[in-house]
Amino acid sequence: MSSQSNTATVTGINGPVVTAKGMSNFKMREMVTVGPKLLIGEVIILDGDKGTIQVYEETVGLKVGDQIQSTGKPLSVRLGPGLLKNMFDGIERPLTKIREISPVFIPEGIGLMNLDEEKKWPVEILVKEGDVLEPGDPYAQIKETEMITIKLMTSPEQAGTVKSVQPDGEYSINEPLIELETKDGEIINLDSTQDWSIRQPRPVKARLEPDEILLTGTRIIDTFFPLAKGGTAAIPGGFGTGKTMTQHQLAKWSDADVIIYIGCGERGNEMTEVIEDFPNLIDPRSGKSIMERTVMIANTSNMPVAAREASIYTGITIAEWFRDMGYNVAIMADSTSRWAEALREISGRLEEMPAEEGYPAYLSSRIAEFYERAGSVKTLNGEKGSISIIGAVSPAGGDFSEPVTENTKRFVNTFLGLDRDLAYARHYPAINWLTSYSGYIKDLGDWFDDNVSDEFIPLRNKMLDLLYREDKLQEMVMLIGEEALPNDQKWIINVAKLLRIGFLQQNFFDNEDMFVPLEKQYGMLQTIDHIYERGLEGLRYGIPSSELINADLNDKILKMKYTIPNNDLSQLKKLNQEIDDFYDALLRRY
Amino acid sequence: MKKEYLKIDNINGSIIEIDDVDDVFYGEVVNIKEESSDEIKKGKVVKLDEDKATIQVFQSTTGLASDNATTVFTGKSFDIPESKEVLGRIFNGLGEPIDGGGNLYSGEEKDIDGAPINPISRQYPRNFVQTGISSIDVLMTLIRGQKLPIFSGNGLSHNQLAAQIVKQARLTGDNEDFAIVFCAIGVKHDDEQFFRKTFEEANVMDHVVMYINYANDPVAERNSAPRCALTTAEYLAFEENKNVLVIISDITAYAEALREISSAREEVPSRKGYPGYMYSDFASLYERAGMLKDSPGSITFLPILTMPNDDITHPIPDLTGFITEGQIVLNRDLEQQSIYPPIDILPSLSRLMKDGIGEGFTREDHQDLANQLFAAYSRVMEVRDLSQIMGEDDLSELDKKYMEFGREFENRFLNQSFDENRSIIESLDLGWELLTILPQTELNRLSPELIEKYLPKNTRYTVEAFNG
Repeated sequence: MSSQSNTATVTGINGPVVTAKGMSNFKMREMVTVGPKLLIGEVIILDGDKGTIQVYEETVGLKVGDQIQSTGKPLSVRLGPGLLKNMFDGIERPLTKIREISPVFIPEGIGLMNLDEEKKWPVEILVKEGDVLEPGDPYAQIKETEMITIKLMTSPEQAGTVKSVQPDGEYSINEPLIELETKDGEIINLDSTQDWSIRQPRPVKARLEPDEILLTGTRIIDTFFPLAKGGTAAIPGGFGTGKTMTQHQLAKWSDADVIIYIGCGERGNEMTEVIEDFPNLIDPRSGKSIMERTVMIANTSNMPVAAREASIYTGITIAEWFRDMGYNVAIMADSTSRWAEALREISGRLEEMPAEEGYPAYLSSRIAEFYERAGSVKTLNGEKGSISIIGAVSPAGGDFSEPVTENTKRFVNTFLGLDRDLAYARHYPAINWLTSYSGYIKDLGDWFDDNVSDEFIPLRNKMLDLLYREDKLQEMVMLIGEEALPNDQKWIINVAKLLRIGFLQQNFFDNEDMFVPLEKQYGMLQTIDHIYERGLEGLRYGIPSSELINADLNDKILKMKYTIPNNDLSQLKKLNQEIDDFYDALLRRY
Repeated sequence: MKKEYLKIDNINGSIIEIDDVDDVFYGEVVNIKEESSDEIKKGKVVKLDEDKATIQVFQSTTGLASDNATTVFTGKSFDIPESKEVLGRIFNGLGEPIDGGGNLYSGEEKDIDGAPINPISRQYPRNFVQTGISSIDVLMTLIRGQKLPIFSGNGLSHNQLAAQIVKQARLTGDNEDFAIVFCAIGVKHDDEQFFRKTFEEANVMDHVVMYINYANDPVAERNSAPRCALTTAEYLAFEENKNVLVIISDITAYAEALREISSAREEVPSRKGYPGYMYSDFASLYERAGMLKDSPGSITFLPILTMPNDDITHPIPDLTGFITEGQIVLNRDLEQQSIYPPIDILPSLSRLMKDGIGEGFTREDHQDLANQLFAAYSRVMEVRDLSQIMGEDDLSELDKKYMEFGREFENRFLNQSFDENRSIIESLDLGWELLTILPQTELNRLSPELIEKYLPKNTRYTVEAFNG
């Protein structure tokens, strides 16, 4: 039975959806080539002799009667050295290679390609003849970039005894490295790559509870709504509220080992910006360029829509492979709404029954499947690795009750709601502290106790409560004016202003403020708490609130994010001393 | 030999179906000729199902019957000829000349659908364009190669604003060669006249290419008009190395045509009846703007759209805002107060401005000053709400200052005349002058160094405050 030579015939074309006959020997989710240009497609429906294919390239020029060839393989990505520092389209074709073929535009029919097959990599073999390898065991490693050493592992279906090994040295990805004899006595050659179907999650030994923070250097996230390594987060917001800015910020500074950035249906210039900016940014922990740990997947809004659907899966499959090596991987998916819209568009062309707002009924289950591929895990080879997913959501009209936002909310634990009014006032990041939440506050309690202070969470809760109280007071102010409030309430409004402007607002273009270590975040929060408490004390002694509110000291607190260097927190102590001096002097006067 | 088909099996609005076709490709252009007339209608295959072809016709299908027309499949996609001679010419939405100047002859035929630009081939736009309009230059800076739409409403002065940008924008930089591509979709004759007059007065007619689809022209032509315009823009920018400014008015008419065609094809509708693929369709237009690594040319794109019912959450502005690099939003209240240009700065935004301003581009204080003006004006809005309830007299002293700042900002900074061309330095200085109305403690977006350097010590506001 040979599966390679199956052919079928095109019977209909409607955008990226192609119908065909003669497909009884084709398999569901099989990759096929369509027409004389060998466009790449995937079988999505089989019905007896008839079938439907979604095509990942522009279908203009196809004819009824054109040939369809099976490949015998599911739509897969090739995992191996050469992913890092590179940008790929939705089905893992390198954009630099495409540019060599066509300098400006992306043509259709360029065929399948992925990793560089010419380049030689320095391979270090980790096994010797006679070793027994279980599924997922590493047999070699390559220091791919300054920051990342990749491990070459047996696939989750492979096991056996090493029959022979090549010496350490330079190899291209297709050169065999070791020979493995399986239990059935079959000899297989392993090279530097592995193919894996993008629709199939890679297996793990066990799932673990997320118990470590994913640090981002962004104050409102780390302190108030933290992310966890292995966790999930959604960033919804209307246009202009800063989704992409926040995603870029996280891709730049979060303390994951590997970043997979998926530009899904977004602007071409944003991907260009990543390519131009990232190489020049230095990771504060390793001192190396952050590009060294980044893989980029780009399907811009004008690239074929079916490949947009695939880009999300391509990205997460690559992430799982890095996770299996024991790395902490973070995925930025910008934007998952465009992916959902791609599902809707294809569903519409298939004439499926629409559910809410024209989205297919399976929208919810697809979103769930995607976010469930995140997690902190014990890998097949016993390492601990994790995938964190941070998905941007672009709700139509900025309305969070639309289906994609609603369904996403059900499957993520951190919700960072972006707010149009904050963005209009240029309060960035425009994350609304009243609607956002993080389910990881409980899971990370021990982590904060051990790594920062056991007073951190109580202080965070106190400050968040202060912000809630200010919001209620602002409603009163709208009715009676601020002057009419009692002294202590005026003071709360003032301290909330210090929090909003001095702490929550963060300037991603300022060298000191773009990445803030947790110690400084904690110190800043303590300083604001200190002035709050000293102020309350002052009010009890009858000092008028105007004396406190108009003091120049407030200005120093607003600017401490710029004036106090991240690496010299002793200056925070001085600031606290100034607060004490000021209040002690005031108290003496009254 | 091209096959001719004598029977049309189904006609529904601008969609027709022909059975028993053979050897037809998806996207192929057809010519339809009615027996009784010489006019040839153009159409495009939009769906193939077995031997049935669904064709979208770009002209009116009025008069077509199942047996009175001949359909020829041309074996070509929708191509238009391009050459340097396009400059100064006027075409209809199908790319056919309507200025009596005869056909364009050229060896280069370009597919109007274009192809996506490889993000790796793009160059990130960073060059400041001075429009001479304070609000735009300071607060939502236009960058060469940017796509920045004007979100307007019916009857607002978006045409004047676009015309003023055309007149004043120094788009060229080092590359002196520029061109303007103007595409009218479903506009009134007088709107088109207005633009034509502006181009003539600015003495740039030799650099302009126009694609015109009037409000009473066939709806289906609205689909191809912007594509023809952008194909020409791509040709001029990336093959002739010109800096091209593309103005398309009105995207709303385009979107409505899209909806009409979609409903004729009985597709599943999404929000407000617009098709689910409208985002991708918009992107196929907007994303054609930009700059390339290997070319000195650029496409700067200013689409104009009228928000139905002034609603920014309507699908047309909403999907546009998700693709374009910011937006300039016009506001009816400001227009009614005779403030021109009536730009509502708070929802307006230029995403590319952060990399194209500051030291070396405009001036070091630009970003911080802009942030301060935004923050102050947003506070003005809150104070105005408060004064509606309490009356202005009962406001605190600080809030009264904000009220004054708001009035002066609108009357002096936003407001300028149609012929007034302010340099960026003048505009920045004006912004600083207005900030003297507020106490310095309110200027928390500005560093003490910048305040020391740029905040004027003596202005009419500080003098008044001193005397008062």
